[in-house]
Formats: sequence, C-alpha cells, structure tokens
Amino acid sequence: MATITATARKPAPPGILTHRAVRKLLILALAAAVLAPIAATQWPGATWPTALTVDVSEPLGKASDWIIDNRDTHPLFLYFFGHVSNIVVIAVRAVYLALLAVGWAGVTAIGALVAWRVAGVRLAAGTAAAFLACGLLGMWVPTMQTLALMVVAVLASVAVGALLGLAAGLSDRMDRVLRPVLDTMQVLPAFAYLLPVVLVFGIGVPAAVLATVVYAAPPMARLTSLGLRGADREVLEAVESLGTTARQRLLTARIPLARKELLLGVNQTIMMALSMAVIASVIGAGGLGDRVYQALASVDVGAALAAGIPIVLLAVVLDRVTGAAGERLGESGKSPVTWLYALVVAAAVALAGRLAGFLDWPDGWDLNIAEPVNRAVDWMTAHLYSGVPVVGGTADWAAHFTSWVLNPLREGLQWLPWWSVLLIVAALAWLIGTWRTALTAVLAMAAIGVLGVWNPSLDTLSQVLAAVAVTLVVGFATGIAAARSDRFERLLRPVLDVFQTMPQFVYLIPVVALFGVGRAPAVAAAVVYALPAVVRITAQGLRQVDPAAMESARSLGATSGQQLRQVQLPLARPALLLAANQGVVLVLAVVIIGGLVGGGALGYQVVFGLAQGDLATGLVAGAAIVCLGLMLDRVTQPTERRTTKKGA
Amino acid sequence: MRLRPRIRTTSALAGVAALTLLTGCGAADMTKQASPYANAQGARTVTLSVQSWVGAQANVAVAQYLLEHELGYRVDTVQVDEVPAWDALSQGRVDAILEDWGHPEQEQRYVQDKKTIAPGGDLGVTGHIGWFVPTYFAKKHPDVTNWKNLNKYADLLRTAESGGKGQLLDGSPSYVTNDKALVKNLDLDYQVVFAGSEAAQITQMQQFAKERKPFLSYWYTPQWLMEKVPMTEVKLPPYEEGCDADPEKVACAYPVTPLQKYLNAGFAKDGGKAAEFLKRFTWTTEDQNQVSLMIAQQKMRPEEAAKKWVDGHESVWKKWLP
Repeated sequence: MATITATARKPAPPGILTHRAVRKLLILALAAAVLAPIAATQWPGATWPTALTVDVSEPLGKASDWIIDNRDTHPLFLYFFGHVSNIVVIAVRAVYLALLAVGWAGVTAIGALVAWRVAGVRLAAGTAAAFLACGLLGMWVPTMQTLALMVVAVLASVAVGALLGLAAGLSDRMDRVLRPVLDTMQVLPAFAYLLPVVLVFGIGVPAAVLATVVYAAPPMARLTSLGLRGADREVLEAVESLGTTARQRLLTARIPLARKELLLGVNQTIMMALSMAVIASVIGAGGLGDRVYQALASVDVGAALAAGIPIVLLAVVLDRVTGAAGERLGESGKSPVTWLYALVVAAAVALAGRLAGFLDWPDGWDLNIAEPVNRAVDWMTAHLYSGVPVVGGTADWAAHFTSWVLNPLREGLQWLPWWSVLLIVAALAWLIGTWRTALTAVLAMAAIGVLGVWNPSLDTLSQVLAAVAVTLVVGFATGIAAARSDRFERLLRPVLDVFQTMPQFVYLIPVVALFGVGRAPAVAAAVVYALPAVVRITAQGLRQVDPAAMESARSLGATSGQQLRQVQLPLARPALLLAANQGVVLVLAVVIIGGLVGGGALGYQVVFGLAQGDLATGLVAGAAIVCLGLMLDRVTQPTERRTTKKGA
Repeated sequence: MRLRPRIRTTSALAGVAALTLLTGCGAADMTKQASPYANAQGARTVTLSVQSWVGAQANVAVAQYLLEHELGYRVDTVQVDEVPAWDALSQGRVDAILEDWGHPEQEQRYVQDKKTIAPGGDLGVTGHIGWFVPTYFAKKHPDVTNWKNLNKYADLLRTAESGGKGQLLDGSPSYVTNDKALVKNLDLDYQVVFAGSEAAQITQMQQFAKERKPFLSYWYTPQWLMEKVPMTEVKLPPYEEGCDADPEKVACAYPVTPLQKYLNAGFAKDGGKAAEFLKRFTWTTEDQNQVSLMIAQQKMRPEEAAKKWVDGHESVWKKWLP
C-alpha cells in the first residue's frame, strides 16, 4: 500500500525530556489533588455519575420520527437530499450500464490496456487475470456493480478531497480549521455513522456512496494540502519572478509539482473506498459486499470468500496500477499516439466481444471454490477447536484469554473511578503530545460519560487494549523479521495484501468457529486486520534507519541483537509510535464490527441501532465510538505526525 | 447613487433566476428511487428484501426463481434487517418483504397512518420464538425443560463470556427479544450473551453440538438447524394476550406468529403479475425447511435449491401464478 515516511524526530537530550515530562506530571498531580477529592465526595462510585449525563434519546427519537415523517414532503429533502440522491443513482447507473454494454471481454481488455499504458506489461497481464478471475468465481455482475459504485464514490471523494485540500493548502486559516475536521473523519470507524446516513437517504446506493465519501475523502484532502505546501520554494520563486498571477502559479507550478502526492491521494482514496464497499453492504449497497454479507448469513465461508476474492483482486490491481502510475510520473516520452492505439484496440475488442455475444459472463465458466473452502474450514475447526494434545484447542485459548485477560482488564477499567480514568488519559496524552492533544483526549472521554455509555465504552476499550497489545507484539516481531530478511519480506507482501484488503466479514465466521461466540473472536478478527499495517510500518521504519549509524555500530563490534536493540529500534521510534497509533485506530474499527460475533458493548449497540432503526441507541454508541477513537488517537499520536492514512 | 438600483435589480434577478432554477429542477421524490442496478437490461425488475436468516432466503430464492423463469421478471435482492426493510419498503427501495415476524409499531406507522405499505397476506408459515436446549441434553436431564429448574443447571451452562452465571445465547440484534427482562423477572441466574448475528449463533451452536456440550439458546421455528441439531423447547410461563405489553415487566413466553408478507403500496397496486404472484405466494413450514436445508446445510446456491424444490412441487406453485 502507500508508503509512509515518518519524519525523523530530532533527538532531544534525555535530561530535558524527562524534566519536561516530570513537570507535566507534577502539574497534573497538583490538579488531581485539588479536583479528585471534590469529585470523589460529590459523586461517589466508580462509574460516571448520572448527574453529569445528558439523556439524548428523546430528542434523537423525535428527530428520527421527524425525518421519517417529513422525508416525502419537506423542501430540504425534496430540493436538496432528493437531488443528491438522484444524481448518485443516475451516475452509478450510467457507469453500470456502460460496463454492461462493454461486456466482460471489453471490460477486461480496457482494464488491461489502461494498466499496460500506465504501468507496464506485467500489471496489464495481472489486471486481465484479475478480471477473468472475478468472472470465473461467478461474480461478474456483482463485480461490475461494485466497480460502478466505486467509480462514482472515488470520483466524488477525490473531488471533495481535492477541494478541501486545495483550501487547506492555500490558506493557513483553512488549514487550521480543516485539520481537526479531517482528523476526526479519519478516526471515525465507518460502522458508526452508517445509521444517520441511512435515516436521511434510506438504504441503498446513495447512502452507501455518501458514507464512502465521508470515509475516503480525508486522505485525498490531506495529501493534496501536503503536496501544495511541499512545493519547492525555489521553483515557486522562479515562477513568481516571471510575473505570473496567483492562479497561473497554482495551475502551472504548484499543482504539477504536487502530482505525486495527488496520485498517492487517489490511491489511498481507492483503497479506503473499496474497504467501505463491504461495510456499506449492511445498508443495502449491493454488489460484492452484499454477496459477502448474504453468504455470512447462511454461514457459508466458501461463498463469502468467493465474493471476497474479487474485492481483494480489485484492490491489489488498483493499488499497483495507481502506485506504478505515481512512480512513472516523471518519465517522459509517452506519446498520446500510443494511448490512441490502446483505445482503438480496446474499442475493437469490446465491439468484437459484443458481436460475438460475449456480453454476459458465460454460464458454464464458473469455478466453484465454495465447497473445497468450506471443507477446509470445517476440517480446521473440527481439529483445532478443542482437544488438541498438549496445547489445548482454540476454544480453550479463547476461554482463557477471556477469563485471564479480557475480564480482568474490563473489570479493572470499570473499577477505576471515572475521574481517575480522565486523569490517566490526560497524563498519557500530555506526555506524548501537547496540552491541546491532552485536552481533546480528556474532552472526548468526558463526552462518553456525558452520553451515558461509560460502562460499555470501557468494555470496548478493554477489548481494544487487549487486541492492540497482541497486535503490537506480533506485529513488531514480524516487522523486525521482515526488515532483516528481504526474502521473508517478499514472501510476506502478498499475505499482508490479502489480510489488509480481505473484507473483515469474510473471516468473522471462521473466528467464531475457532474461538466461539464472545469478545475473543472480535479481538482475533481485529488483530488479523490491524497486523499488516503495523508490520509494514515497523519494517519500513527499521529499514530507513540511517545506514551510517548501523555501519558505525557494526564497526564497534555490536552483535546483530545489540544493533537492533540499541540502534535500530531507538532510531525507528517515530515509526514504531506511528505503527502503534495505526494499530489502535484499525483495531477499534474491527472491534466494533465484532459486535456481529458477540463482542457486545458499543459495537453491539451500533449493530442494534442499525437493525432496529433505533437512532438513539445507535447514534449514541456511534458517537461514543468516535470519541473513543479520538481519545485513543490522541493518546498514541506523536506530536510531529504530519501525514497518516487510515488503512495505510 | 446610480449604481445602487442596478445592483439591486441584478441581485433580485439573480435571486429569481436561482429560484426558477430550483423549481425548474422540480422536487425530487425521495419515495420513488429504485436501485441503479434495476431494469439494467430492459427487463421488468422486482426488488425483494432478504433478511439475514435462512428461512427468509428460502422464500426469496423460490419467489425469485419463479418470477424469473415463469413470469419473465428480473429480480434484485437486497440484504437488509427487518426494521430498515420496512423503511425501505415504504420508500419503494424494495418492493416486498416476504417474512415479517410482527412489528406493530411499523405497521401502525406505515400501513395505517402513511399508507405507503400494503399487507400482502399470510406466508403460510407459523413462527415461534422460545428458549431451546439440545435434545441430547434434555434427554439426560429431563427437568431442564421447565424454566423453574433452569437455575439448577446454571453451572453446567457457564462459559467464559457469561462470567459466573449460566449463558443464555441470544442472536442477532434485529430479532424480537425480551430475554434480558425475562432473565431478570423470572429471577434466573443467567447472563444473556448476544452473539450479534445469527451466523455467529449458529456456528457456536454447531460447535457445541459437535462436542455434545449443553447450551441454552434463544431460538425459533421453523429453522433448518433443528434438523441438524435437534432441540427441545424450555417451557416458560405461558403466553397470554398482552403479557408482553410492557417490555420491562415481561415474564411470559413468546407468542405464536403467523408470518406475514408486506408490499410497497404502489407496487401492490401497479405491480402487475409480479405483485399478484407475491400476494398469492403461500407455502408450508416443511416446504420452507426443505429449501433452507439445501441452502444452509448442503451449501447449494439459493437458485439451485429453489430450482430443485420448484421441480418437485409443481402443484404447489402453479396456484401462485396469476
């Protein structure tokens, strides 16, 4: 996926650092000494005091009723949302009809030729193979539906993101205003805001596209702004000296100079939109995601996988092609004539396919992978679930993990007095960031209390902490191994790709089959999902450690273990922190989906809200998740962080 | 001074223009928006909502097969939970729900008040919700089948997830359930553990059954899993009309529900043969179970399962065709 370059942190002398940390802690301790006794006497008990909560269920219920009653008559819906919804439907329909009209042969040919022109022969072959595989799996039509939805959603996200990025890149004030907005958009787990979108737009494609835009636009905005701001000063000055207007400078210098970032933004947007494709199936988006979700309902892992593989293939192909396009940007010598040839060839193939009747994917050409996959899963769960000699079965591990880790963690957190939780959050966030980040984190945590979901939130938090701990241990270990062995890294890459792009819904059933219903499978699914990002960032951070430092360590006779511990790891600290931060955000997103497999807490409440159309329960839980995400993000966010991408 | 009136006229003109533009675009009716994938190749399309349980899939699979092969429609399916499905039905995003387990609030709102949804008649299947234990467990401990003795078995039914209490496994959040209130009001030493989805619940029950472990679960009939994992119902205090009126105070069993079909009102009126067909669609519990088993147990594709059933039951479905 995208490369993340962690900015090297200027090593501060340790004396000052600890000094500052001590001072921060002292201030906090002082504040605590004054405020804690008041809080403790005023509102005794560990959980958030009911006196400090606001019950929003009634206004939310009323709002929900109002929307339902006025959706067909109120001008806001008739003249605004209705048109937005119509435009989305028309756009998706146009793309879908075009894809169907071109036929499977045509789509494959066009895909391959575009890949060939922007990324070379190998990727062209890969693209063609990927499309054919989608057909072979019997998923041609759903793939086209997803593709149509993706085209529209990505275009909209890119447009919205680029506009926001342009504003933030050109104006410092806009940048200051937009940064927290984008931050928030990025830590929102998508599951949390499906409900309000559905309420306004109803289930279906428009709601799905809009939810996707919210989710996928921020990286584009961020990278656009970054690109504009990063433009080479000297070039800009040179252009300015030519007497250009501001608009000319923007169009002829700044935007072209930011091409790489822009393309990376498009790449990120595509990735995130695809990962949303499946989550959006919960609100009736159709396409591949819907097939995955329906297969889940009949406990059919094989069928879910058959629909999940095309998503992975689309993701990998789109990622590689846009990535290659970014790398080749600087190269010259591409004449438009070859593009023309490519287009003519594609049109010819599409036409030939049409004339030969190759429009619908032929019925007989299906590969049934569902059966063998299901057999494999059955075998695995039958043999691993319990009674494995010596190590016990996965069910036993899950039970132990639940009673030895998750339960004590949850009870511990819920036992802590509420004000002490706020203090801990403040201390952690302040130590790693500024007082602003600390304030945001504390306010977010307090908002959870005010919303009246303190206990379920701490339950979710305990799951997140457990999952993050496992993810970091496994992820750092694998990342270190990958950084030290090229071969291992090459072997790992496709595995990570699959883990990262495979819809989480596909492995919800296997994790239940292995770990039983409860919080343990939710944690397991979260670990699987968050691991790739942590491994990647760790490996990359370690590899980017200054070779000179490594060389000098080696010349001093340090063993490879010493090199790792004393040179590489300390120097890669920013990357490791970033990995932790990404791990936390990704884990939270899946722990929520864990509500579908017995994870309970906030995730269950969101699912409940969606299933019962209960805005009060769903939205409050969703807001709490967002607050939890903000808090966790701030607590783990190194101050210098500039660019991060969810799903990176 | 000469400038001012001109500015005013231009701004007024602009305002009028904007208004005409808006009204010119006209109102966009949020109630009439079909899926962009509908009617893609010129065929008439019917959109059916599928709920997450397999029985609902079976209904839809058979209806879809017949609509496509006997009446020449194209059928789109949308996976959506019951309550959002009602909402989608009222907006015309879907044309029909084939299996509804009783949602009085939604019925009041959409059928009675707004008249955007029309009843589609009985499905022919009668649904019942209850608490079940696997039959192998009930045979070993016959008295477990009465709620009064459940506390004796709490220890046996304990899991890591239920803490120190017995586990009562509940399913998808979309299901009608009073279990939390029941446990409290009947003074049972149990913890309700929500599996979060029916798929997770079924997987867990199958794992338990494979090891012949005891379990207690919220479950319902008709359901294909009954054939695979035979279960015995636990007697709860009998259901009486209105005993579940106050969700906090429920202390009685679940009612027996004749499952209903609902159609979008516009579709019911102008839906032609498809609407007529869906109104006539009724079959028995056994029929539904046959198709469900083929889908869920034999892992057949829904359309294959539907075809197999349709081929063998011509006398049943011939009556549905308009």
